[in-house]
Amino acid sequence: MQQVAVSPAAAVRPRFRAGPGAVFVALCILLALMALGSAGSGALDIPRTQLLPVLLSMPGSDEALMWRNILIEVRLPRIALGLVAGAGLALAGAVMQALFRNPLAEPGLMGISLGGATGAVAAIVLGVGSMLGVASAAFAGSLAATALVYRLGTRRPGVANLLLAGVAINALCASIVGFFTFQASDVQLRNLTFWNMGSLAGANWTMLAWLAPLVAVLSALLLRDWRAMNALLLGEREAQHLGFDLKRLRRRLVVLTALLVGPLVAVTGSIGFVGLVVPHLIRLPLGADHRWLLPNCLAGGAIALTLADWFARLAVIPAELPIGIVTSLVGGPFLLWMLSRRKD
Amino acid sequence: MNILRAALLLLLCSAPLAQAAAPARVVGLGGPVTEIIYALGAGERLVGADASSIYPAEAHRLPKVGYYRSFSIEGVASLKPDLVLASEDSGPLHALEQLRRLGSLVVILPSAPTLEALDQRIMGVAKALDIEPRGAALVQKLHADLRAVRPSPAKPRVLLISSHTGRLQGAGDDTAAAAMLKLMDARNVLAGQRGYKPLSAEAAVALRPEVIVTGRMSVDASGGLDAFLAQPGLAATPAARSRRVVVMDDLLLLGFGPRLPEALRLLDAGFSTQAVAR
Repeated sequence: MQQVAVSPAAAVRPRFRAGPGAVFVALCILLALMALGSAGSGALDIPRTQLLPVLLSMPGSDEALMWRNILIEVRLPRIALGLVAGAGLALAGAVMQALFRNPLAEPGLMGISLGGATGAVAAIVLGVGSMLGVASAAFAGSLAATALVYRLGTRRPGVANLLLAGVAINALCASIVGFFTFQASDVQLRNLTFWNMGSLAGANWTMLAWLAPLVAVLSALLLRDWRAMNALLLGEREAQHLGFDLKRLRRRLVVLTALLVGPLVAVTGSIGFVGLVVPHLIRLPLGADHRWLLPNCLAGGAIALTLADWFARLAVIPAELPIGIVTSLVGGPFLLWMLSRRKD
Repeated sequence: MNILRAALLLLLCSAPLAQAAAPARVVGLGGPVTEIIYALGAGERLVGADASSIYPAEAHRLPKVGYYRSFSIEGVASLKPDLVLASEDSGPLHALEQLRRLGSLVVILPSAPTLEALDQRIMGVAKALDIEPRGAALVQKLHADLRAVRPSPAKPRVLLISSHTGRLQGAGDDTAAAAMLKLMDARNVLAGQRGYKPLSAEAAVALRPEVIVTGRMSVDASGGLDAFLAQPGLAATPAARSRRVVVMDDLLLLGFGPRLPEALRLLDAGFSTQAVAR
């Protein structure tokens, strides 16, 4: 196993040049178009020209009232949850790749998503009813998984080591989830089923009212550390020489990503690969400068999940696919492709 | 503010709606509920159902909105139902609430496998469809039929199996199948276990069941009756050796619905004779 510390110059050099600001603006425009497209299609046909009118004014006809209610009650909360969750997961992926100095770090592969799911499932089966309780338990679970994967996965350098730690933690969490599922009553099982493949179907405004600010605040805090993450590209010792308090930085990044991923998993279930694929796609035009990488990951992740949910809602009308199936369909091959390109 | 106003308007609109003509566009969520709608002769009002609505045959032709425990809210709404009849296990959480806010009348029916709950299910559906006399008639007929079922004195040791994915699951208490055994006074070898749990091959042998009861889908999933009985754990049981297996339509076994008397007669036939399943 070799050290994968890429030389910083190579790491920061973009594949093809594009102004970071231009990319961000382009992504935001794309995101707006995606959200609009997704809002305008679904099991129920709402004419796109009617989208804004029915939202802005109280509709006169029964049909328009129905459209308005579908938009406000079902589609918009789902799209908003997709934006928030996608942005959060992609950012968490980028931060973890910097923290572990490892291109394959990702909440799903590292066991952090499933760690959060384990906490949430335990809370549900042990009878914690409130959303806050479940989200807190999810945070505790993802924090424990992150701390554990960090302990195990950074003992020795190398990508494989970290992935093995992730495999071990995923296996451990899966068995705990399995045990709780085995114990669960029928009613509890109903709340557990969507964990398996993830879904945005549970979206509602109440949930978004606390989730969106949480993700926004955590993102802002993580974005502030872009210099430290750039220094980490050079290596841990180099970062220390540059004056970063590595111990505190590590602890901060671990807690913040766990706070980000845990509650997200608690409401959407496990949605894999967003944190892996998006940062890599963003690096292609922008290189690895975290100052631009992180905000663009927020936009890119939001686009990715919006697209995935759009597809999930349209593929099998009037039923729908679990969104985790869609992200894995894209992410699985992507991971294989990345592994095949590695020169060890 | 606008949302509030919309909600208020909805309330005002839906009150007269509820008293207007009998619902004409109905979605059934949960196989037992859909079956009751057909049993009451109101099948033609159904515009959609969930994936578990597999009886009667006509139900297969309805648009399917996913499995009732995780149905698609917008999928249901797109069928523009004025009434949604849902088993209380329907999900995801808050989904029924959202359907209500979308302007459908949502009636939730109890899912417990008891005779009282079955009566409530039938009367609840009949009332929502505005055909209460038919509901009362069906309940009466059902109870008359149940009284006519005279369980034979044979009380074999029964094992209830569901195996849709190749893994044996055994049914304990709190399941529809076990509730039917209770009505028959038969012995469930897994009494004391709650719900469905994976059944180990060794436990299956040790329980020495004399009769195995399972659903048609489980038999089909293992590739026919011979393959089903050849599964490790089942092969060595007295039931498999004498081929005493009762295979039922899955909804008949799991639904605790209007065909309950028929289900009990089938079980009784399997218990009383040394009948050999083919």
